[in-house]
Amino acid sequence: MMSDKKIAMIDGIPVQIEGEKNLLELIRKAGIELPTFCYYSELSVYGACRLCVFEDERGNIDAACSAQPWSGMIVKTNTERLRTYRKMILELLLATHCGECTACEDNGTCKLQEFATRFHIENIRFPKNTQKLDVDTSSPCITKDQSKCILCGDCVRMCSEIQNVGAIDFAYRSSKTTISTAFNEPLAESNCVGCGQCVVVCPTGAIMIRNETNKLWKELDDPNNKVIVQIAPAVRVAIGESLGVKEGEDVMGKITAALRRLGFAEVFDTSTGADLTVLEEAAEFAQRLESGKNLPLMTSCCPAWVQYCEDNFPEMMSHVSSCRSPMQMMGSILKEYNKDSDKRTVNVAVMPCTAKKYEAARDEFKKDGVPDIDYVITTRELIQMIRESGIVFSELDPETVDVAFGTMTGAGVIFGVTGGVTEAVLRHVSPDKSRTGLRLTALSGARGMDGVKETSVMLGEREVKIAIVSGLKNAYEIMERVKQGEKYDFIEVMACPGGCVNGAGQPVTTGNRKQVRAQGLYMADNASNIRLAEQNPLMTELYGGILKGREHELLHVHYDGKKHD
Amino acid sequence: MLNNRQALINFRAEWQKAYEAEKTKILICAGTGCIAGGAYEVYDRIKEVLDENGIPCSVELQKEAPENVVGLKQCGCHGFCEMGVLVRIEPQGYLYTKVKVQDCEEIIKETIIGGKHIERLAYQKGGTVYKEQEEIPFYIKQSRVVLEHCGHIDANCIKDYLATGGYTALEKALFDMDADTIVSEISESGLRGRGGGGFPAGRKWSQVKRQAEPQKYIVCNGDEGDPGAFMDRSIMEGDPHRMLEGMLIAGIACGSSVGYIYVRAEYPIAVSRLRKAIEQATEFGLLGDNILGTDFSFKIHINRGAGAFVCGEGSAMTASIEGKRGMPRVKPPRTVEQGLFGKPTVLNNVETFANVPMIITRGSDWFKNIGTEKSSGTKAFALTGNIQNTGLIEVPMGATLRDIIFDIGGGMPEGTGFKAVQIGGPSGGCLTTEHMDMPLDFDSLKKVGAMIGSGGLVVMDDKTCMVEVARFFMNFTQHESCGKCVPCREGTKRMLEILERIVNGEGQEGDMEMLLELADVITATSLCGLGKTAANPVVSTIGRFKDEYEAHIFEKRCPTGNCQKLKSIFIDPELCKGCTKCAKVCPVDAISGKVKEPFVIDGSKCIKCEACIPACPFNAIKEG
Repeated sequence: MMSDKKIAMIDGIPVQIEGEKNLLELIRKAGIELPTFCYYSELSVYGACRLCVFEDERGNIDAACSAQPWSGMIVKTNTERLRTYRKMILELLLATHCGECTACEDNGTCKLQEFATRFHIENIRFPKNTQKLDVDTSSPCITKDQSKCILCGDCVRMCSEIQNVGAIDFAYRSSKTTISTAFNEPLAESNCVGCGQCVVVCPTGAIMIRNETNKLWKELDDPNNKVIVQIAPAVRVAIGESLGVKEGEDVMGKITAALRRLGFAEVFDTSTGADLTVLEEAAEFAQRLESGKNLPLMTSCCPAWVQYCEDNFPEMMSHVSSCRSPMQMMGSILKEYNKDSDKRTVNVAVMPCTAKKYEAARDEFKKDGVPDIDYVITTRELIQMIRESGIVFSELDPETVDVAFGTMTGAGVIFGVTGGVTEAVLRHVSPDKSRTGLRLTALSGARGMDGVKETSVMLGEREVKIAIVSGLKNAYEIMERVKQGEKYDFIEVMACPGGCVNGAGQPVTTGNRKQVRAQGLYMADNASNIRLAEQNPLMTELYGGILKGREHELLHVHYDGKKHD
Repeated sequence: MLNNRQALINFRAEWQKAYEAEKTKILICAGTGCIAGGAYEVYDRIKEVLDENGIPCSVELQKEAPENVVGLKQCGCHGFCEMGVLVRIEPQGYLYTKVKVQDCEEIIKETIIGGKHIERLAYQKGGTVYKEQEEIPFYIKQSRVVLEHCGHIDANCIKDYLATGGYTALEKALFDMDADTIVSEISESGLRGRGGGGFPAGRKWSQVKRQAEPQKYIVCNGDEGDPGAFMDRSIMEGDPHRMLEGMLIAGIACGSSVGYIYVRAEYPIAVSRLRKAIEQATEFGLLGDNILGTDFSFKIHINRGAGAFVCGEGSAMTASIEGKRGMPRVKPPRTVEQGLFGKPTVLNNVETFANVPMIITRGSDWFKNIGTEKSSGTKAFALTGNIQNTGLIEVPMGATLRDIIFDIGGGMPEGTGFKAVQIGGPSGGCLTTEHMDMPLDFDSLKKVGAMIGSGGLVVMDDKTCMVEVARFFMNFTQHESCGKCVPCREGTKRMLEILERIVNGEGQEGDMEMLLELADVITATSLCGLGKTAANPVVSTIGRFKDEYEAHIFEKRCPTGNCQKLKSIFIDPELCKGCTKCAKVCPVDAISGKVKEPFVIDGSKCIKCEACIPACPFNAIKEG
């Protein structure tokens, strides 16, 4: 029977070609997971690892990631030759790799390790002559260990293609090739903004989140300390899968319980800080709309974005909101609240983010040299602490956060996804506070995983033009458009594609993690009894109490546009 | 500024007249080799002597020159580099070899004034004195077509080029042909890329021509990086306009108005002559806007490469021109679709472009008559290594190794025998006596695991260790690997490691098998041509000289005695008289003993410099 459908034969199975951008995607569609280190659908095709090789009917070998599928093509993916080649390639990589798996942060999640097991590498027949190189620990966010690098280039392409930062690139050639910053300066001196997306794509332990858990354990053990912790919205929907719960499920209650068992004295939700941000930022926005000055207003929740703007658009810093991020608002209030405590207050934040580590260390957020937030640990570090402690997370009974700052709203929770800040602010400024009104706001165009979303809403007589971007390349492009005179009123920027749910501090899982986690946050919002920041009863209490007359001091910041160490 | 066809014709005729009026010409080779040998000093001295003797001399072609003027020209490489500095005298066609500053006076007095030949400066072999250049065996078997101007015209002057028919092809392409007829003429001629792959140039041009994108580029690859290759260098240095003309014609054919020449920064003379050529062509309206009054405009930029071998690969080269790291990228898209700056790009090498003007002027039928059926035309080769006549040669495609090595190359140096020739540089393979009568063309070479490459021929005599040759080329390839794909970056590193082990006497059983296993993986899975061909020298030497590998690995012996670490130097106690002379010359104090008793060499200290061997009056020190 003839058909006009385009069919390729993959390992004897007919597979329909439906516009797949390369053969690798088609092979995946056929249910075959070809190994690859360097292929990511969102990055350019690089073709360096050569593991996704296939054989055609004439015995030619090519890499599937860079081959075009065509009708009538006959492809084999698992032949004796291909197995031999894949094994040799892995053997070659392993021979130059430091191989200290048991002492590696990426142990168990490393792709090199996974493939070595999968392809049954029994023996490395080459001399192990890896150079022991110094690990770059200069950055507060990430560490870089070149002796674990397999030069797949994923970090380089992520940093330049998606983030438009270009802090790292290849240097030298031959087997001396390495990944380097410009002039091989330490990462901290480079233009790295700490977004950590390189960590997300790194298949080995070569680029890792800077781990602070050892120091934190010591603080927890110290009887003179009162260790307080806050948890960012995006953490609750991402931590589960690694700890035996479903990906995307809101496990805030279990996290709270686990943190108490780990020894934290008080547990709070950064969503509370986000509610404060909504009120402050909305007020600031209203003021700017009225004065017409410094529009568009750009959000300031994301520290990687703030640093990127400082580095690349210093002249635009006046547009960036003066609001501290929710984490920093919480941090200053908690420090203020506990200032008379007879114990030393240690403020910890559990974040989906590596750049938050840098934000916490910024001079602007220190009082007399003491930072408002003493430690930022990422979701992945928290998972490690929970595992280390032996707590069986999946069996924990949920608990609620502490009373002092214990109320939060759905508006704060959705900060963890791209468009969330915008939607929360829109809820606040919209006169229609009904359920229908909220639904309409949800449909305003702020939701969805697109890297650039544009929408406009009517505020009274005024049409407000909004752009929501995630990924710094998208931010760069919107900034260029603003510089060229395009008019926006409000721009939300998150450095990580998809927002904080996809932050570099989150566990890297396979599948549709951005969408599933975002869905989890929207469900949590739906299920909350208060969904408007201004209806949070705690707000009235705060503004009437601790914040009275001190909003500016505790909730706002002035970035001077200079680079901070 | 020439702004129409007739203006060019008239202009050319004027210079032709001037060129012919210049009866006597002294052509001094100003190729890199002869310059290193003192060509500029010879040039200056000849000028001086001419002035001293009141002989009018023009260093640049002149229209109103005195009747007895002598044209003094710095020209491109004559090719016979072994014999440099070379000086050619016209109209007699004498070629003086190994000319020194002190010979200049005699040349002027005897030859220029006296009209006599100087025998001692002529090339001599086997008792025969070769007066004229064209009689010399080195030249007689060559067909210098692309290199016809090298050594014959002033390399710095567009007037000489015009006087010898330059820019006739451009004129024909602009006024008598259209894009389609140009492309079909090139296709018909069977011209294949001279850079290594041998891809048909006409097909490449037509693929670029049919792209809808209006912005197209012509790129000339002058990044000749093979060890021992200098064909493209000689063309750029000796006849730059020919190459520019080829690029211009490609521009007309493919609808492009911008060309880039990517040339190694290590070729400063080529760069400066190209710059000069571009300036001159622009000055006369042969480059720039509205060339010869037509609506065809063309500009050429020069990009200097920083010396990475991999930048000779098309996509790495275009990346490098764009200011990015020179690394090959995956294909598709191919360069003809998305090349330089993502636009359709014709990328050919220097020699390919230099072939174009003749094909246009003399026709594809003429071109097809040279060479073999599937490899038409000629090929320039750089002949180096253990051979009598090193230099730059040009032969029809399909010439045999025997023609090249024995007739043109003059055979092996005295007392040595032929062993092998490495063709195609680090990507090629070695050919041996059994290939002596095989025609050298794209397809025949591919069949025996070698390639024409860009045309480097490194001849090796029977004293050459083939394992060391393989190590040398692997060392080159590993160092020049861009580091992108795993098989090339890591695989060549491991192959080099094994080869180093073997030549150091630490070879192990299984090393050859591992070399071949690695070679298979690298060849099959590498990303670009550099990787895919990286193992060729090793595979072909193992195939043809397995016994040498075995001697190194199993007997810890280098049959040619080349590998230092496998050499041992010892003192025969029967012959040694204990005179201490050897110990005195040893630079590392490896020799000791009591006076008047046999001395011994400490093998752990000895660096095998062999200084002791001639120092011994009793021939007691031996190599084993």
